[in-house]
Amino acid sequence: MADLSIEFAGIKAPNPFWLASAPPTDKAYNVVRAFEAGWGGVVWKTLGEDPAAVNVSSRYSAHFGANRQVQGINNIELITDRSLEINLREITQVKKDWPDRALIVSLMVPCIEESWKFILPLVEATGADGIELNFGCPHGMPERGMGAAVGQVPEYVEMVTRWCKTHCALPVIVKLTPNITDIRQSARAAHRGGADAVSLINTINSITSVDLDRMVAHPIVGDQSTHGGYCGSAVKPIALNMVAEIARDPETQGLPICGIGGIGTWRDAAEFIALGSGAVQVCTAAMLHGFRIVDDMKDGLARWMDQHGHRNLEAFRGLAVGHTTDWKYLDINYQSVAHIDQDACIGCGRCHIACEDTSHQAIASTLKADGTHAYSVIEAECVGCNLCQITCPVEGCIDMQAQDTGKPYMNWTQDPRNPYREAG
Amino acid sequence: MIDALNHLPRPRAGADQLAEAFSDLAPPLTARQAAVESARCLYCYDAPCVNACPSEIDIPSFIHRISDENLQGAAERILSANILGGSCARVCPTEILCQQACVRNNAQECAPVLIGQLQRYALDHAGFTEHPFQRSPASGKRIAVVGAGPAGLSCAHRLAMHGHDVVIFEAREKAGGLNEYGIARYKLVDDYAQREVEFLLGIGGIEIRHGQRLGANLSLGELHAQYDAVFLGLGLAAVRQLGLADEDAPGLLAATEYIRELRQADDLTQLPLADRCLVLGAGNTAIDMAVQMSCLGAREVNLVYRRGVSDMGATDHEQEIAKHNQVRLHTWARPEAVLLDDTGRVRGMRFARTQLVDGRLGDTGETFELAADAIFKAIGQRFDDASLADPLAAQLARDGERIQVDAHMQTSVPGIYAGGDCTALGQDLTVQAVQHGKLAAEAIHAQLMLNVEAA
Ligand SMILES: Cc1cc2nc3c(=O)[nH]c(=O)nc-3n(C[C@H](O)[C@H](O)[C@H](O)COP(=O)(O)OP(=O)(O)OC[C@H]3O[C@@H](n4cnc5c(N)ncnc54)[C@H](O)[C@@H]3O)c2cc1C
Ligand SMILES: Cc1cc2nc3c(=O)[nH]c(=O)nc-3n(C[C@H](O)[C@H](O)[C@H](O)COP(=O)(O)O)c2cc1C
Ligand code: SF4
Ligand code: SF4
Ligand code: SF4
Repeated sequence: MADLSIEFAGIKAPNPFWLASAPPTDKAYNVVRAFEAGWGGVVWKTLGEDPAAVNVSSRYSAHFGANRQVQGINNIELITDRSLEINLREITQVKKDWPDRALIVSLMVPCIEESWKFILPLVEATGADGIELNFGCPHGMPERGMGAAVGQVPEYVEMVTRWCKTHCALPVIVKLTPNITDIRQSARAAHRGGADAVSLINTINSITSVDLDRMVAHPIVGDQSTHGGYCGSAVKPIALNMVAEIARDPETQGLPICGIGGIGTWRDAAEFIALGSGAVQVCTAAMLHGFRIVDDMKDGLARWMDQHGHRNLEAFRGLAVGHTTDWKYLDINYQSVAHIDQDACIGCGRCHIACEDTSHQAIASTLKADGTHAYSVIEAECVGCNLCQITCPVEGCIDMQAQDTGKPYMNWTQDPRNPYREAG
Repeated sequence: MIDALNHLPRPRAGADQLAEAFSDLAPPLTARQAAVESARCLYCYDAPCVNACPSEIDIPSFIHRISDENLQGAAERILSANILGGSCARVCPTEILCQQACVRNNAQECAPVLIGQLQRYALDHAGFTEHPFQRSPASGKRIAVVGAGPAGLSCAHRLAMHGHDVVIFEAREKAGGLNEYGIARYKLVDDYAQREVEFLLGIGGIEIRHGQRLGANLSLGELHAQYDAVFLGLGLAAVRQLGLADEDAPGLLAATEYIRELRQADDLTQLPLADRCLVLGAGNTAIDMAVQMSCLGAREVNLVYRRGVSDMGATDHEQEIAKHNQVRLHTWARPEAVLLDDTGRVRGMRFARTQLVDGRLGDTGETFELAADAIFKAIGQRFDDASLADPLAAQLARDGERIQVDAHMQTSVPGIYAGGDCTALGQDLTVQAVQHGKLAAEAIHAQLMLNVEAA
C-alpha cells in the first residue's frame, strides 16, 4: 500500500487527513475519538483570551439539494467557549497520549502584540506541533477586531504572522479567509511575515435560506438571524481555485499549503493535493457523518495511489498546478465535440433542451415511430462547451471528444483576432 | 342482493378483517416517500412518460412541483389535462403506460419513477379551498352528455369550463360509471368515486339527471334537436355470452355484476361467498373478480382461460396480484358445459382442453371438470345496442359493434360526438375515456365557436 505519511511545514503525521479547527476538535473527548478513528492530525478548536466566547442557541443552517442532501452548512458559532486553561490542559494530555499525530493549536487573540506574546508561550508549553492563526472567522469575531477583519487586511496578516514567528518557535500556519477579492494578497502577506504555511479556506459569508412564514433567515435566534460562515461540499470549487491561485503564484513559490473546504472523499483530497496541498483539513464531512469517514478516505486514496504508481503523496502533489494557467494562454485552436453513446442514452432529452434553449442548438431531436425521441450531436454546431455532458443524468453517456484540427497551439496573446495581441 | 347467488354462504371473516383485505392495494406515499420519489424524476424534455399517458399529463412538470413543495400547483397541472387524475392515479395500469415509458425504467436505472403514486399524492394533498378552474363567460350553448362515466364527466367538465351549460343524462342512480360500479374495490376505496364527481361538478354549469336511459326513456333524435351538441359516453353495458346451455342457472353470472354489488355493499360480510370460485377470462376484469373473491375468503379460486399466458389481456402486474392472492390459473381450456346439481344450481364446469393448430384454436379432445359454487364470466363487455334504438341513433355509423368516431371524436352524424369504451379508439381504460371526453369537448367547443363567428 502507498505511504500516506507526510511532513508538512516540519510537522509529521501518519496521513494527510486532519480535522479542521471546529466543533469536531473542540475538546479532548472529540479529539481522542478522532485519533482512535485514524485521523492523522487535528487543528484544535480556536483558542482565545479569557473570558471565553459565549455562543447563541441555534447555530447552524444548511443548503439542501434534492433528497435533503446537504450541499453546505452555515454556522454562526464563535471560537471556543471553554476557558483557555482547560483547553491547554487537555491539549497537553492529548499530545502526550498521541505523540505520532499532528496536533496544531488554532489561535485568535486581539491584534495587539502583547496578547500574542502572552498566549504563545502557553501554547508552546503544551507540546503542540504548531499553531494556526485564525484570520478567517467571518462572523462575530470581526466585530471584536479579530478573525476575518485581520485576514482582510494584508498588512495585519503580515504583522501578526511576524509577531508569532518572533515570540514562538513552533511552525506557524496562517489560515486564510476567502472573504476577499484576491487570495494571493493574503498569502503573500503571510509569506512576507514568515509563515511556515498557509491553510485555506475558512468559511464564506453566507445566508442559506429564509423562513418565509416568519420572514427571518436561518439559523433563527429568537426572531432574528445573522449571516454565518459557509462550508461543506458546496465550497470546494471555491477552495480549489484559491489553493491553485496560491500554488501557481511565483511570489509564494514553495509555501506549503494545507487545503480545506468541502473535502469529504479521498477524491476531493487527491484533487487538493494535485493542486499543491501538502495536507488537507476536514470539518463538515466529519460533522455530517462522524469520524469514521477517515477510514474510507485513507483506503480510497491509498488504493488510487497504488493503481497509479504513486508511492507517496509527494509523487503526485502539485501535478495539476502546471496545467492551470491564465485564460489567455489556453489553446484557441483546441476543439472538442460532444459524442452521445446511443446504447447508454436513456432518452431523457435533457441535453437537447439545454443546448437548444441556452447553448448552440447542436443536439438534434428526432421523433421516432414509437413517439419517443432520439438525440444526436450536430458536430458542426457543437462548440464543445460541456453543457450537455453536465446535464446528462447518465455518467459517461456523453463524451467530449478532442478533434484533430490539424492546427498548432495558439493562444489569445498570439491570435490575429486579438487587437491587443503581443507582437511577434 | 344478487338473486343468482343468494344460496351461497357469507364470508367467515369479520367486518374489520374484510375492510383490511379491501384496503388500498397500493398504500399512499408518505411525505418523505413523495420527496424521495419526486427527486428521482429527471425532468425530461419531450418526456417519454407524457407520450405514454393517454391523457397527456405534463408529468415532469407536476413532479417537479411536488419536489418544489408546490402541491397545489402540481395538482392543477394534473387536473388541467385530466380532471379525473385522482382516480386515474389509482386505477391506471401504469406498468403499461407512463411508468413503462419512464426513462428510469431503463435497465441501468433500477426502477421507473412512481408516477401514479406521485399523481395521487399531489391530488390527495392539494388542499384546494375552491374549485381550481374557472368558467369562461357563458356562451349560451347547451350540450347534452349521455352517460356519467369518465368519458361523459370529463367532456362535461371541459365544456363547462369553456362557458357552456351541460346536462348529463345517466341511466343509473349514481354518477361515475365504472369508477363507481366496476373498478376493483381495493383500487378505488371508500367513496372516492363520488367525492371525485362532487369535486368535478364544483366548476358549476353541469346538471346530472339520473334515471335517464337512452334507448328507453330518452331518444337521440330529441337530444339532437334540443341541444347544440350531444356527446355519447355510453361505455359497454352488455356482457358477452358463453353460448352454453344453462347459462342463466343460479350460480353463474357476469363478473361485472358481482363487482357492482361488491362496490356498492356497505356491509361486506353480507356478500355471497363462492368458496370454490371459477372465473372465466384472462383480462383485468377476470383478475379483479378472482382476487376480490379471494379477499372475501374463498378457499379455492380458479381462473380459466382458453389460450396461453402470453395471450392474456391482464398485465404482468395484474397477474402478480392474482398469484399473490392464491388465484390458480388454468390455460388452454374452453368452457364446454355448465354442470348443475339436483336442484338446478351450478356445481361446476366441464372444460375442453385446447391447442393451437396452424394458428387456430381447436380442441385436443381431452376434457376435465372443475367443481365450483359459482362461476363468473369475465370474457368481455359488449356495446349495448338497445341504447341506439331510435331512428337517428340507428343512423350512427359503427366500427364493429361500437360507435365510429374520427380523431375529433365526431360520429358520422354532425353535432353528435362519442368517446370512451363505446368507441373503438384506443384502449378500454379510464384514462383513455377521460382523454376522449376532453378531446370531444374541445372539438365541440371549436365547432360551436366557429358557428358563432360565422353567424
Ligand atoms: C371490472 C372492470 C374493471 C376495470 N378496471 C380498470 C382499471 O383498473 N383501470 C382502468 O384504467 N380501467 C379499468 N376498467 C375500464 C374502465 O372502467 C373503462 O374503460 C372506463 O370506465 C370507460 O369509461 P366510459 O365513460 O367510456 O364508460 P363507463 O365507465 O362504462 O360509463 C358509462 C356510463 O354511461 C351510462 N350509460 C350506459 N348506457 C346508457 C344509456 N343508454 N343511457 C344513459 N346512460 C347510459 C352508464 O350507466 C355509465 O354511467 C375496468 C373495467 C371493468 C369492467
Ligand atoms: C460550526 C463550525 C465552527 C467553526 N469554527 C472554526 C474555528 O473556531 N476556527 C477556525 O479556524 N475555523 C472554524 N471553522 C471553519 C472550519 O475549520 C473549516 O475551515 C471550514 O468549515 C471549511 O471546511 P469544510 O468544508 O471541510 O467544513 C468552523 C466551521 C464550522 C462548521
Ligand atoms: S441527456 Fe444523456 S441520457 Fe438524456 S437524452 Fe441526452 S444523451 Fe441521452
Ligand atoms: S420519463 Fe420518468 S424521469 Fe423522465 S420526466 Fe417522466 S417520470 Fe420523470
Ligand atoms: S393518468 Fe394514468 S397514465 Fe397518465 S400519468 Fe397518471 S397514472 Fe400515468
